[in-house]
Amino acid sequence: MAENLEELDQHIRACIAIFVALLCLTVITVAVSYLNLPVPATITLALCVALVKGSLVVSYFMHLVSEKKLILWSLSLTVIFFIILMVLPVVTDLDVISHTITVKH
Amino acid sequence: MSTIEIPYVSKPRPDTGLVNAKLGIWLFLASEVMLFGGLFSAYVLLRIGAEIWPEGVSILNVPLATLNTVVLISSSITMVMAWASLVRRDINKYRFYNYITIACGLIFLVVKYFEYSAKLHHGLFPSESTFLAIYFTLTGLHVLHVIGGMLVLAYLQFIGSKMWNTDPARFTGRVECAGLFWHLVDLVWIFLFPTLYLM
Repeated sequence: MAENLEELDQHIRACIAIFVALLCLTVITVAVSYLNLPVPATITLALCVALVKGSLVVSYFMHLVSEKKLILWSLSLTVIFFIILMVLPVVTDLDVISHTITVKH
Repeated sequence: MSTIEIPYVSKPRPDTGLVNAKLGIWLFLASEVMLFGGLFSAYVLLRIGAEIWPEGVSILNVPLATLNTVVLISSSITMVMAWASLVRRDINKYRFYNYITIACGLIFLVVKYFEYSAKLHHGLFPSESTFLAIYFTLTGLHVLHVIGGMLVLAYLQFIGSKMWNTDPARFTGRVECAGLFWHLVDLVWIFLFPTLYLM
């Protein structure tokens, strides 16, 4: 959070720049989806752009860049558990035995 | 009868360096991330498990959703401006920007209404396919959050703003916390939009 008015003005200028960047990234995301790229490429690109947009919102609009460490630590736990949540369904698709096990007597 | 003041509502706690409301709203937002995370996880599971998965663009209205993305991003910047106006001690500008934020929320809901009614009109109910089921669940929960955010902003616009005259620092803190929630609503949509419409 801004401590003084000069710092606040800087923050507002940064937020307006971020706003323009978010609009441009939205246009890019939609444009890429019309390129008829292969599905894995479309998913990767769309998620990468969404990650950049999300990081900008969290860092500047929610001013996490200048936030106290206690909040950052709490949120890092959230990030870890969120990643686990996303990886879990993918892991369920990997339970295919792909090699032969030889048992010796 | 003596009154007990609630501590650390506008002055930071020495040990955390934060006012209690700030820590509270961030913990709440963390729980919200896990709530939506659970549903995104369900989406991944359903998509991996499905033999065929429709492209969102073939069923959903991408131009309308793009418009809604622009509306929500715009509402985020007006929310920042509303909070900044209070830090500059300009309540009238705060009211102006807060009105625009609420209006953006309303536009989002109207566009969503047209989207939903077009789907239902064409017989595309949640029971029609797994894709539509997760689409209505995810966007429906998001819409509820937009409505919740708008109610809080409307409270802070009218009844709640009386606090500005008695405790401006606390009121500014309240607006900041409401803003953080509103940005989360924007953040969720930033991920929902490509996941459902563009992939």
